[in-house]
Amino acid sequence: MGSIVLEKVHKLYGNVEVIPSIDLTINDGEFVVFVGPSGCGKSTLLRLIAGLEDTTSGAIRIDGNDVTETPPAKRGLAMVFQSYALYPHMSVRKNIAFPLKMAGMDKAEIDRRVEGAANVLNLTQYLDRRPGQLSGGQRQRVAIGRAIVREPSAFLFDEPLSNLDAALRVNMRLEISELHQSLKTTMIYVTHDQVEAMTMADKIVVLQAGNIEQVGSPLELYRNPRNRFVAGFIGSPKMNFIEGAEAAKRGVHAIGVRPEHIALSKDSGLWKGTVGLSEHLGSDTFCYVNVEGIGTLNVRTSGEVSVHHGDTVWLTPGEANIHRFDKDGMAIR
Amino acid sequence: MATKHSRAAARLMISPAVLLLLGWMIVPLAMTLYFSFQRYNLLMPGMEEWTGLANYQYFLTDPAFFDALTNTLLLVGGVLLVTIIGGVMLALLLDQPFFGQGVVRILVIAPFFVMPTVSALVWKNMFLNPVNGLFAHAAKALGLQPYDFFAQAPLASIIGIVSWQWLPFATLILLTALQSLDQEQLEAAEMDGAGPLSRFFHIMLPHLARAITVVILIQTIFLLSVFAEILVTTNGGPGTASTNLTYLIYAQSLLQFDVGGGSAGGVVAIVLANIVAIFLMRMIGKNLEA
Amino acid sequence: MARQVKTRNKVIVTIAAWAVGIAIFFPILWTVITSFKSEADAIADPPVFLFFNWTLENYVTVQERSDYFNHFMNSVVISVGSTLIGLLIAVPAAWAMAFVPGKRTKDLLMWMLSTKMLPPVGVLVPLYLIFRDIGLLDTRIGLVIVLTLINLPIIIWMLYTYFREIPGEILEAARMDGATLKAEILYVLTPMAVPGIASTLLLNIILAWNEAFWTLNLTAANAAPLTAFIASYSSPEGLFYAKLSAASTMAIAPILIMGWFSQKQLVRGLTFGAVK
Repeated sequence: MGSIVLEKVHKLYGNVEVIPSIDLTINDGEFVVFVGPSGCGKSTLLRLIAGLEDTTSGAIRIDGNDVTETPPAKRGLAMVFQSYALYPHMSVRKNIAFPLKMAGMDKAEIDRRVEGAANVLNLTQYLDRRPGQLSGGQRQRVAIGRAIVREPSAFLFDEPLSNLDAALRVNMRLEISELHQSLKTTMIYVTHDQVEAMTMADKIVVLQAGNIEQVGSPLELYRNPRNRFVAGFIGSPKMNFIEGAEAAKRGVHAIGVRPEHIALSKDSGLWKGTVGLSEHLGSDTFCYVNVEGIGTLNVRTSGEVSVHHGDTVWLTPGEANIHRFDKDGMAIR
Repeated sequence: MATKHSRAAARLMISPAVLLLLGWMIVPLAMTLYFSFQRYNLLMPGMEEWTGLANYQYFLTDPAFFDALTNTLLLVGGVLLVTIIGGVMLALLLDQPFFGQGVVRILVIAPFFVMPTVSALVWKNMFLNPVNGLFAHAAKALGLQPYDFFAQAPLASIIGIVSWQWLPFATLILLTALQSLDQEQLEAAEMDGAGPLSRFFHIMLPHLARAITVVILIQTIFLLSVFAEILVTTNGGPGTASTNLTYLIYAQSLLQFDVGGGSAGGVVAIVLANIVAIFLMRMIGKNLEA
Repeated sequence: MARQVKTRNKVIVTIAAWAVGIAIFFPILWTVITSFKSEADAIADPPVFLFFNWTLENYVTVQERSDYFNHFMNSVVISVGSTLIGLLIAVPAAWAMAFVPGKRTKDLLMWMLSTKMLPPVGVLVPLYLIFRDIGLLDTRIGLVIVLTLINLPIIIWMLYTYFREIPGEILEAARMDGATLKAEILYVLTPMAVPGIASTLLLNIILAWNEAFWTLNLTAANAAPLTAFIASYSSPEGLFYAKLSAASTMAIAPILIMGWFSQKQLVRGLTFGAVK
């Protein structure tokens, strides 16, 4: 079991309000991602749940029990840190066994569980090495191994992939997702990378300045962002925002349209512009088009379309995919 | 940042150290202060009485006090001067590539590990003795009159011995600091046309400022209370020529058994040390914060 | 061309550096050599350097006449004892300051350092009287107490600078793994800090071994460590250079060897981490 409920959780550092007040429910077995720009309070929120920080006021419940005052060791959670935080003086085996040893488990059972975890994580042949002798990805797996042997009620991940190179990050992303599929344990995952959030989450919590901007499934956030912040944060490359006359024509303060929802044509369309920079990724080409009276719009076209700097092109947004925002940046549905 | 639990634990863990140090500071200090207002001689037990400031008056007007104060300053200043100038020069020498760096480093650092009583006795007898010392032998070999170091220049001799003990410390710290200097900075300066001298004054010396501050601070702490070297060589003499404040107070309290007078001297020493300490702390504060 | 100049420079520097090194080391070397001479050879003029009758008799005499071994054991007990007790008090304190820093941590550290600036002679009288009254004068335990207290600030400072280099996340991981505070310090912090703790230990043993104010003033015969034992040679009785040298060699040899092992850590330790 691993349902986690936050009730009016509030956090001050001295006089600085890091988290004004948060209510959030995380259901058992969910993969929840906290995402937001750096300094948005996502890591603090995770550490509050872990018990590594005190909540200033409010309550945290795990499986219905109030754990607000419970020390981290007694909350039954496991955490994977950004730096992995492996014990450098212990072998991989001892690292993974440490939480079990702390729990006073008997030796045979510890060995059984360590072997099991090592098996799942492909660490069997490294069990007697020290963390210093492992690659980044292997260290990451040891950290995960140390978390799973305890069979915690929930896993907490604090930006676990940010120290890995791009290729490995994709692999580990898949491994963590698979782990979730097989364990079906609640996982809370903090990242600033919206791609990780989109690909892994059942539920995304978008945070900004300690406030929850929106909670929802990846596709909900993509399709129906509640405000301009979420609209701009979710989706890559970023949504184009247009204010002024074009927005006024539609009776709103601003409109937003994603690069993938704009059609580019060499002979006709709604807006006329000239091609500035274009980035050829092979599968796609992103063109930065300067449109008079609107500004620069990023447009996604297929990789085969050949456009050149200075070409005149026409753009047409898919009307159904235009997001509308009022003066306060809230979406108008 | 931390939680209430860890903060409470932290307070608990730190309190033994704090309480012990607090006790160590306050109890003897209060007693010293108390005795300093008493007429109290160990040879005349039961005669203790309140004398007000008499002990201070006696101690501060004693010509020996002024001599001791001067000697203390000369000793600290002299050793600092020798060790820092010598240390910088040695560090510059040892920082260059040469054969056997490790061994030379070990040779240079060795005097620091010699206990004060040993180094003082070895120097006094085997080197500076006017009859059998090596220096006397050398003087005679050159046809010169041997020099009686401790009779004619007692304080300078002690400064020499103490400098020998502390030169390794200064050298090692300055060498370490020098080695942390970014080589590219020196190369950039060379490209900019700076000669060796201006490289030293404009780049190396500012880089060493912090290390020099540290050397001054730490050596001053130890040098203010030089004791054993004086005790085993000159006993503060001839007269008061090599008596420093520490030795004077020791003599007053444990040789003349004048607890009151010794305590008054102790209080004076503490006050003076605090003046130096405030000055030092301010200097460190400026140099170490960065 | 450039290459040749470099080699020549290196040779010149080598000669200069070795000359300086040997000059600085010479008093120690001379002491060690003299300890193997007869008393007559020890004061011979011109001095004999290596070609004399090497003898061990001085070492035997020193041990027989003044029970060197007893003083040696006093030094060991006092320096090791005070350092171990100091560590026991300092490890928790340094843990607290390094990993749970508060607003006043810096002030606390500065205050601890400032207790080092208290001149020992300022509190000599009361301490002497207290020790006399409770019978701690000339006892090992008395000296252990004093040396623990005077070196405690240095031990705490050194440990603090070492602990600060250990990432706090690892201790948090231990907490998440269900470790109690005791387990966290015992199984995670201490093993990770072993190099730092070892050099703190070594350095403080050296400092305590060579401490020569309290050891001279608070001991007479029974508990006198080597510093005080050697000082008894300051009143000359006839020819004694060789015996003085033998006693000195035995007094400094163990610590010199330890010192050489710890020289890398020495700088950082003695400068409270300000110079690394």
